[in-house]
Amino acid sequence: MAQDKALVELLYTLADDDFILAYRGSEWLGLAPHIEEDVAYSSINQDMMGHAAKYYHLLEELGEGDADELSHLRAPEKFRNAVLLEEKNGEGTYLEQPQYDWAFAVVRNYFYSIHKKYRMDSLRQSSYEPLSDTAKKVSIELQYHLMHWETWFKQLMTSTDEAKRRMTAAIERCWNEMGGVLSLGPMADEMAEKGYIASEETMRTKWLDHMKKTFEQIGADFPGEIGMTKGNGRQGEHTEDLTQALETLSEVYETNPKVAW
Amino acid sequence: MTGIESKQLVETVYQVLQDVTDPEIDSVSIRDLGMVEKVDVDGSKATVSVLPTFTGCPALDIIQRDIVNAVIEVDGIEEVEVIFPSKPIWTTDRITDQGKEQLKQFGISPPPANHTSGEPWEIPCPYCGSVYTTMENLFGPTACRCILYCRSCKNPFEAMKPVANIGDE
Repeated sequence: MAQDKALVELLYTLADDDFILAYRGSEWLGLAPHIEEDVAYSSINQDMMGHAAKYYHLLEELGEGDADELSHLRAPEKFRNAVLLEEKNGEGTYLEQPQYDWAFAVVRNYFYSIHKKYRMDSLRQSSYEPLSDTAKKVSIELQYHLMHWETWFKQLMTSTDEAKRRMTAAIERCWNEMGGVLSLGPMADEMAEKGYIASEETMRTKWLDHMKKTFEQIGADFPGEIGMTKGNGRQGEHTEDLTQALETLSEVYETNPKVAW
Repeated sequence: MTGIESKQLVETVYQVLQDVTDPEIDSVSIRDLGMVEKVDVDGSKATVSVLPTFTGCPALDIIQRDIVNAVIEVDGIEEVEVIFPSKPIWTTDRITDQGKEQLKQFGISPPPANHTSGEPWEIPCPYCGSVYTTMENLFGPTACRCILYCRSCKNPFEAMKPVANIGDE
């Protein structure tokens, strides 16, 4: 089992997606629209970081190395997360002039959570038992995240003109990269054949169907074909944003990787 | 060691675990929260299986430490291992009646025993018992709690989120 490349690639995909989006989410701490949102969003990020940790531990069990090192010391090209999830929250930095885009945060998290739901539905049936056990646990927590992001998404989409304008821009931006999130990468066929996860096509269809219903409900135009313009993260293609994120989040760890965490 | 002695040791370990509390809700024993799945004693080594409530719960390391510190004091135990099995999954129906009472004492409304995922749930105020309450935030100070407000006695309070297994369609 330890040599199964398809399984290992899938676990990296799952771990890195949650890890990097939870990191971007944590950069919002103290900057969310109101204090209740700060509490909620932090809680969600904490859960997602927990999910990532579970996957890194599964990788550790498969002989991929120490979980802390997998998350903190890998080079950007070794990461398998989708490009959309690594992108910056907006202009500026956490410490200086953070001009973060809340519409982008809502849309990105909503789109991702819906996909994650279908992913977990499929993984609960995974032929790799440790993965199906993990998916069952993750599903329970995910339903709260979904309720949260769905509320934000639908309310802002049916709110003021300015909200709709900003949301529409964020939807367009996320739509252009969503193909990367739905991709399983070069080993997609093998992952499905071995029963680790449903096929890319199945999950893509489920996500699109869900979105069609959502857009109908709120009376918004369906954006059409999804894209992947900045590269496929599942093949190690990433942007400068990932390099920056990894430098920041591993800064303390790298000062002395030998100490106990 | 005879089988009877070993059984007694397991009993003693369970008793000691009654005094180990959740560091974030310290009125409730981890046993009453339903977190202790199993205790095994092999010779002088105790293995305690504990089910995490939420995946990212940062209290786990502290709970693990507290369990080791408590169980190592038991006569006849020289080694303690705490493991976190990935199944069964912790759900809120594992909380004992006593645990629910202790949650209330802490100002936390316990989750309903049987909750269907996705359904709304009625949350009585832990102070006055009124169900004239509103949800302020589905998320609270810890992953397992949410924030509410009682319209009857005007107290803000917390509730433990219902956590049930999600059935497979």
